[in-house]
Amino acid sequence: MNEIVQGLLEAGRMIVTLDRDLIEITLRSLQVTLTAVVIASAIGLPMGAWLAINRFRFRRETIALLNALMGLPPVVVGLIVYLMLSRSGPFGVFGLLFTPTAMVIAQVIIVTPLVASIAHQAIRDLWAEYHDLLISLNTTRGQRILALIWDGRRALLTASLAGFGRAIGEVGAIMIVGGNIDHATRVLTTAIALETGKGNFALALGLGFVLIGLAIALNIAIHALSRTERDSQW
Amino acid sequence: MVSSILPLEVAGACVRKRGAHLVGPVDLTLTGKGISILMGPNGSGKTTLLRLLHGLERPATGSLRWSAPATEARQRQAYVFQTPIMMRRSVLDSIAYPMTLHGERRARAREMARDWAERVGIGHAIDRHATVLSGGEKQKLALARALIRQPDVLFLDEPCANLDGRATREIEAILTRARDEGVRIVMATHDMGQARRLADEVLFLLKGRLHSSGPADTFFSHPRTPEAKAFLNGDILE
Ligand SMILES: Nc1ncnc2c1ncn2[C@@H]1O[C@H](COP(=O)(O)OP(=O)(O)O)[C@@H](O)[C@H]1O
Ligand SMILES: [Mg+2]
Repeated sequence: MNEIVQGLLEAGRMIVTLDRDLIEITLRSLQVTLTAVVIASAIGLPMGAWLAINRFRFRRETIALLNALMGLPPVVVGLIVYLMLSRSGPFGVFGLLFTPTAMVIAQVIIVTPLVASIAHQAIRDLWAEYHDLLISLNTTRGQRILALIWDGRRALLTASLAGFGRAIGEVGAIMIVGGNIDHATRVLTTAIALETGKGNFALALGLGFVLIGLAIALNIAIHALSRTERDSQW
Repeated sequence: MVSSILPLEVAGACVRKRGAHLVGPVDLTLTGKGISILMGPNGSGKTTLLRLLHGLERPATGSLRWSAPATEARQRQAYVFQTPIMMRRSVLDSIAYPMTLHGERRARAREMARDWAERVGIGHAIDRHATVLSGGEKQKLALARALIRQPDVLFLDEPCANLDGRATREIEAILTRARDEGVRIVMATHDMGQARRLADEVLFLLKGRLHSSGPADTFFSHPRTPEAKAFLNGDILE
């Protein structure tokens, strides 16, 4: 009990005094995750919109595959990326294993299906609603896609934020491909796992608070977005 | 550019969906001026016929022929849905949308949209988001959006079905003004009073077929068939 209280106090002190390790690890977490989310959004958002609007031969199968990929266990993604990037693997020559780049790659693979799937649902619903109007107004395919993406922009942003939420809290895959190396690939989640194992609860708790803080900020952002959606502020 | 996309010639047109026969065969010529009111019991095919005429449904058999090339005919007609479809945009941008689609400059499109908003009585709401308007305001927005490109023909599917008496009268005033300015109007309604107030011509639909069509006076004062009589008496026909 005493240990927990002491840990909490120490964690609070580290956050208030902007402890250097804490800051470094937090910034690396943000850097890796934001990079991964930007790339995943650049792939996933247009892909989701495209799947919602176009009819093509293997559409159902593609959507089913996307949903299956969403359920991939991150640890398995980590393992596969590890094998690809390891010395003897097909991309071994690039020497990416145990670098932040490897972590970004793993997170992109984990997050893209989620972003694409949420974007797909949102645009599909909007398309169902707009369909008759846009046909009646004699729009071209390009004009339709533009209208759906523009009017669905809040939902698309929500998809990216959900991707951020998944990536920032992920530990299994980046532990495997990043290696949790101090001052190189250590991020919030892997550091918490390590410090807890070492019995270093103060640092683990401090890191945990930062992570919780980020998660709360994220949820507030998503909530605010859905509120502007309902009240239609922008 | 021809002077009008009318007349529209419909010959033996049928609509089928998933094997079910919904409407037709319909033969009809749409020409002249004024307001044609499409009447008939629920499920008689009013919506389906309007959608067919506007090109939202394809005829399984038969044909529709406008007196203009297909693209031009599409550009010069508009449709107001029973449940207004509101884009997630401001009222002003919603009304301007058909003009911007048409390549009009944004500033000019908005200027026109402002005029139209005033004209249909939602000038006070142009900066609001379209989705938060009342039912009557939404339908007025839909009317302004439909009229802004000055269509030759305007189709409306029970636009006042969910509105109170006052909003209904306001919309009727907008429609009679549009008619007086030369817009050919085809509108479905099951509101007998509204039909009597607006109709120049009545198209009476029964079980997917055009049971009768002719001048409104004749239809209301001397219904020719027992079915038309029963319908006017309010006896339900299914
Ligand atoms: N998408 C559809 N699929 C199958 N049947 C439909 C569809 N839309 C309408 N119908 C049927 O077609 C008939 C005509 O419907 P509708 O045109 O909506 O009539 P109204 O507008 O006069 O009430 C009804 O029997 C209705 O159940
Ligand atoms: Mg109907």
